[in-house]
Amino acid sequence: MGDKVFMQGNEAFAEAAIRSGCKYFFGYPITPSSEIPEYYAKKAPSEGLVFVQAETEVSAFNMVAGVAATGKRGMTATSGPGYSLGCEAMSYMSAAGLPGVIVDCMRPGPADGEILGSQGDYNQLTKGGGHGDYNTIVLAPYSVQEYADFAPLSFELAEKYRNPVVVASDGTIAKMMENVELPERIEHPGRFDWACDGMNGRAQHNDITTCGDGPEQWERFNLDLQAKYNAIKENEQRWEEIDTEDADIIMVAFGSLARVCLDTIKIARENGMKVGLIRPITIWPFPEKAFEKYEGTDTKFFVTELNAGQMVDDVKLAVNDRKRVEFYGRLGGITPTPVELYEKLCELYK
Amino acid sequence: MSIVYKRPEVFTDEYMKYCGGCGHGIINRLIGEIIEEENLTDKTVIIWPIGCSVYADKYFKTDSICALHGRAPAVGTGVKRSCEDDLVIVYQGDGDMVSEGMAEIMHAGIRGEKFTVIFVNNSIYGMTGGQMAPTTLMDQYSTTSPYGRKAENSGNPVNMAEIIAGLEGCYYSERVTVNSPANIRKTKAAIKKAFKYQMEGNGLSFVEILSPCPTGWKMKPVQAIKWIDDVVTEQFPLGVFKDCGQEEK
Repeated sequence: MGDKVFMQGNEAFAEAAIRSGCKYFFGYPITPSSEIPEYYAKKAPSEGLVFVQAETEVSAFNMVAGVAATGKRGMTATSGPGYSLGCEAMSYMSAAGLPGVIVDCMRPGPADGEILGSQGDYNQLTKGGGHGDYNTIVLAPYSVQEYADFAPLSFELAEKYRNPVVVASDGTIAKMMENVELPERIEHPGRFDWACDGMNGRAQHNDITTCGDGPEQWERFNLDLQAKYNAIKENEQRWEEIDTEDADIIMVAFGSLARVCLDTIKIARENGMKVGLIRPITIWPFPEKAFEKYEGTDTKFFVTELNAGQMVDDVKLAVNDRKRVEFYGRLGGITPTPVELYEKLCELYK
Repeated sequence: MSIVYKRPEVFTDEYMKYCGGCGHGIINRLIGEIIEEENLTDKTVIIWPIGCSVYADKYFKTDSICALHGRAPAVGTGVKRSCEDDLVIVYQGDGDMVSEGMAEIMHAGIRGEKFTVIFVNNSIYGMTGGQMAPTTLMDQYSTTSPYGRKAENSGNPVNMAEIIAGLEGCYYSERVTVNSPANIRKTKAAIKKAFKYQMEGNGLSFVEILSPCPTGWKMKPVQAIKWIDDVVTEQFPLGVFKDCGQEEK
C-alpha cells in the first residue's frame, strides 16, 4: 500500500482513482459529491488528467460511456438526483459492455430531498433505474479506507466484466475524514482488443452498438447479457460477518449505517443479547450466499437502513422466511444512534 | 479498362437499409470516399445516432459506436478527449440532435470540442415514422402536425448551422445539400474541409446537410429533390456561416 494520510472520503476516493489510472473525469456538481470533481479539476494540470464539467448528468454519464468505449479509465460522481438522469446511460453502458465507474454519494430523496447521508438510492442502484434487463455492480463502502480501496477494485471489476460499476457512498462516508492508506500508483493495462479507439494498427474494426436487429437477434443478445450478470452473481458477492457464529439475532446493514451497528452489537452483547451483523459489501449482486446457512434455523434478522425499507426485500428473499425478518429505518437524512438501534432491538425481541 | 467509380473499400458488403431516394446513402458514401482518399480508415471513430442511420455502423470498416438518442456529441466528447489524434465523426439526424440532444450539441459547440459533426437534416423523424421535428417547416405535414406545423403551438424551425456558427467554440459551419450532382460535390468538399480542420486540431467543425426524405414527406424522390430547392432552402439557406480557416488566410 502507499502512504497513510488523514483525508476526507470523497478526496480519498478521487486520489485513489487517479492512482488507479483513471485519467478522465466528466461530472456535474451536486452535493454531497462535489469534492470529487473539484479534486480532479485541481489536479488536472499537474497530473495530466482530463476534467470536463458537463452541462448535465445525462451528458456526463454519456461522456463516461464514450471514454469507456475507447478502453480508457473514466468516471463521474453524482448523487441521487443526478443518478436518476444518468440511468439511461447505465442501461446503455451495461448493454454495450462499457466499463465506466460511477460514484453515487447517496442523499435522501425523493425529488430534491435533503443533502445529508442516506440510502435512498438502494432500489435505483440495484434494481436498474434505467430500462430493460440489466444490472450494474454496486459496491457500498462503510469507511474512508474502504471507499479508497474501491477505486482500483471498481475499475478492475468493470473491465473484467465489461460492465459499469457504481460505488455507493453516502453523505456521511463522502464528507467524513479518517486515516486512510492510499493505493499504490498503477498504470492502465493498455489497449483492449474490443475498444473503439481507432484501429491504429489493429487488424479488425470494432463496433459497439445496442441497437437490436430483429427479435431473435435481440433475444440472443439479451441471453448473453444475462450470462454476464449470472457470472457476476456467482463470483462477486461480497459481505462481512461480525459476531454471527453464536448470534440469535443478526443485524443486516450496509454502508455508513453498518458502522453504527458495530456499536449496537457491543451494547447488546454487554446486555446479554447474542447479536451479530451481516454487512453486504456488494449490494448488487446482493450477497444471498451469506444467508444460505440460516435456512431452517430460528435465527432472526433485523434489517436497518437509512430509507423506508429497500434492501429488506432482498433480505426477505434470501432468508426465504419473512416472519424472521424485521425492519427499522430512518428517513430525511437522519442516522440513528447505536442506542436507538439497541432500544429497537429490545422492543422487538425482549 | 480503368475503373472510374467503385464501392469505397472502407464499406463492408452489408446491404444499406435506407429507403429509395433517401440522402443518407449518398452522405455515407461521401464520408467513406473521403476517409479512403485521406487514408484515415485506421484512425477513424464514427459515433452514430438513433434514427435512420442507426445501422450505419454495419456499413463501415472503421471503429463505430452507436450512441443513445441525442447523446452522440457527449459520447464523442469522451472519445475525442481520450483519442486526440483520431478522426472522430459525430453523425446525427435532426430529430436526434435538435430535440433530444439539443443540450449535448450546444455544449459540444460551447466547449469547442475538436470533432466533426455531420448533421443530416431532413426536417422530419424518418425512422420513427414521419413525425414533426424542431426542423419541420412551417405548415409542413407530418403525422404529429397533421394540419401542418403552426407557430403558436410548435414554434418555428431551428436553423442549426447558423446557431452553431454563433458559438465561439465553432471553427467551421456550413449548410449544403445532396439534391443534385453539383450539390453533392459541394457537400463532399465541405465534409473534406471539416475533416481537414479537425485533423489540424481546430474546434468544432459542423456540416449541416439538407437531405431528401421521400417516405416521410410522402413524395416521389424527384419531387423531394425539387422540394429542397423550392421550399426547404427558403428556411434553411445554403452557405458557409463560419470558416475560421478561411478568415486566417
